[in-house]
Amino acid sequence: MKRQPQIGWLADGRRFHLQDGPIDLIVEAHGSETNLRVAYQAAVRRFTGLLDELCDELALLRQAADPQRCSLRGIVARRMHAAVAPFAAEHFITPMAAVAGSVAEEILGAMVQENSLDRAYVNNGGDIALHLADSEQFTVGLMDRPDQFGLMRTMNIHASDPSRGVATSGCHGRSFSFGIADAVTVLARTASQADAAATIIANAVDLPGHPAIVRCPAAELQPDSDLGARPVTRDVGRLEQSEIAAALEAGAGKARALLASGLIEGASLHLQGETRVIALKKFDAKLPHLVRAVGTENAIHA
Amino acid sequence: MLTDATAATGDKIRCDACPVMCYIKPGAAGACDRYANHDGQLVRVDPHIVLERTVSHGGRLVPFQAGGDWDGKIVHEPDVFVTAIGAGTTYPDYKPAPFIVSSQIDGVDMVTVVTEGIFSYCGVKVKIDTDRFLGPETATVRVQGEAVGHVTTSEYGSQMLSLGGVHHLTGGSKKEGRVTCDTLMDLSNCKPVELVIDGGASVVVQAGYAPIVNGVAEERMRVGCGSATIGMFAKQWHGKVDEVVVVDDHITGVLSEHQAGKILDIPDTGIKMKGRRSTPGRYFQVAEPGTGWGGTRISDPLSVLGPFDPKVARPGMTMLMVSTTGEHAAYYELDEALKPIEKKMPADLKLSVERIQENCEPALCTVLFMGGAGGSLRAGVTDNPVRLTRSVKEALTRVTSGGAPVYVWPGGGITFMVDVTRLPAGAFGYVPTPALVAPIEFTLRLSDYAALGGHMDHVRPLASLKANPEARQVTPPQPSPGSRP
Repeated sequence: MKRQPQIGWLADGRRFHLQDGPIDLIVEAHGSETNLRVAYQAAVRRFTGLLDELCDELALLRQAADPQRCSLRGIVARRMHAAVAPFAAEHFITPMAAVAGSVAEEILGAMVQENSLDRAYVNNGGDIALHLADSEQFTVGLMDRPDQFGLMRTMNIHASDPSRGVATSGCHGRSFSFGIADAVTVLARTASQADAAATIIANAVDLPGHPAIVRCPAAELQPDSDLGARPVTRDVGRLEQSEIAAALEAGAGKARALLASGLIEGASLHLQGETRVIALKKFDAKLPHLVRAVGTENAIHA
Repeated sequence: MLTDATAATGDKIRCDACPVMCYIKPGAAGACDRYANHDGQLVRVDPHIVLERTVSHGGRLVPFQAGGDWDGKIVHEPDVFVTAIGAGTTYPDYKPAPFIVSSQIDGVDMVTVVTEGIFSYCGVKVKIDTDRFLGPETATVRVQGEAVGHVTTSEYGSQMLSLGGVHHLTGGSKKEGRVTCDTLMDLSNCKPVELVIDGGASVVVQAGYAPIVNGVAEERMRVGCGSATIGMFAKQWHGKVDEVVVVDDHITGVLSEHQAGKILDIPDTGIKMKGRRSTPGRYFQVAEPGTGWGGTRISDPLSVLGPFDPKVARPGMTMLMVSTTGEHAAYYELDEALKPIEKKMPADLKLSVERIQENCEPALCTVLFMGGAGGSLRAGVTDNPVRLTRSVKEALTRVTSGGAPVYVWPGGGITFMVDVTRLPAGAFGYVPTPALVAPIEFTLRLSDYAALGGHMDHVRPLASLKANPEARQVTPPQPSPGSRP
């Protein structure tokens, strides 16, 4: 019997929740009732079995991507590869770096394929695929630390913008990072591209050899991690302002290069309260009054 | 559930919950953060549990694959997630959400975060039933030498400690944060923790068990302060003894001077108390606090007395001295020099001491986990925080934590307290931030749900979930004795 994903509404009755194994999707669409029904049904249909499809090729997906050629078969797997391939010549990267964004993109694609929606998003643990019809827009909130509530800022993405993908990477995440960024949020044309680029930029925010940074081989944490014995960041002690600036600059340099080559539309890098924004007028379009209530508050999910 | 990667040699297990088939090290979780290796056993760490409160069974915990069957409907009422749940049940979902910010907030449609997780800065309030002096108010409470909290107020036979909070979790050294986090998690998971109080005692605290103060297990919680004890037992002493002193670190009571004695026309005895008289028959500070009689540091109760007034006292007068728990008691008669001489206690007075003991409840440590939901989220997202608070509060009928009832503190936010003994075993986790992970659920009654025009035809009876092959029966935790239901 085919394993069924968990499907349900979140408490607000507006957001749809799809979960299977490690994949958690939050989906919300706007449009006519009939079209919404069709869209959500399409999302469920496409989601069912998607994890199995990926797992069929998991071994290959966990290997360093070949920058030239792709022997993967699945459409999502191939999208993952395509997203990481531009970085594969220069960096160690596996298609897994783009899995979240690629899945989000796939589900969104299924939703809008035969169907007109005003706007929709598929949020896969912070990696988000967007659909925007004419003159629609989304407001995306950014958080640098998931353990400290409070949006750092928000940005509006308009239908006229090229970006349809948002992704965040950092060393506090569920997936491991080589870098020390609290968060790197990237806008790109697609969610899979944003996902891969966020990984690369977050890896670049680093201070190699710094004594306050605790690293540990990924395989010691997760025996079958695609990162193998490569050291991943476990903890970052307090850094000097100059060190924070240097680490952010390393990441910002990478982000500028990706922007110049058209791989991203913009990025926002965060480390210990400091932020660098690369080429994103939208990031600054709507700065909220407060940046963060310094972590004195409790935050159980509500 | 992350653990630091020490070179643990324990057995990895292969998780077969989904086709990813993660190898999971002991103490670690799989890629989904839902399943973990607990001592070689694959356990679900985000149990979707339905807590069924059946009176006949005293409640049972039945795990439940959440979500139920989606019926294809587009539903906009905010309450639909309870479709699978009957009245009086709860829906604990430990699964942290990457979707923390509700979409209504000031036009923010979604939030992008690095990860998903319940990260809570929180604390525990510990109530230690003892008369013994544990340490001065505001004294630092330490574990392994690290400051994890402080002594706070003393409330009627109990000493309160306030542990954790953000200043110890993240405000101090890394070790302080880690030790605080461990302490909070252990206490919340009903494990014993030794606390050492600056300028005070060492006390082993375990939720639902008696405190162990300086190596001695406390037995009883006092029936009341010394003065209250006089009031409660005056009638029983009347005619059997001339004077009674209930020795108490806080308010020592003297029968002949006390209002209760006056009503019974008990004559003056010429007794002279040390300490500061508060009102007739009630004395503060008769001795230094300690772990002796009635929470003082005395071992000889006569040391709280001055000489008897020779104008009033007469030889042969009898006196009972007893502590607030009846744990200590002695009987005296005045000799020719009006000096109290200890004598064998008459049987009827012995009975009254036993009665005091009997009226004392067993001394316990109780641990209330305290956390807030949506604290700075409000401040961080909107300049009209109350609107967010209300929107959250109005959406809830009942808040529970791991299925246990909670007290929601009035005012802003959703700050709640829960008796940790009422949660399923191992309900609390942590993240290396460091912060604690605690469950919280919001539930609607079926009747309310129906009144709202809910989708009654989609309500699934709890019984239909029991056939679920993944169901893991969990013995429901009983509240600690003496704790309120």
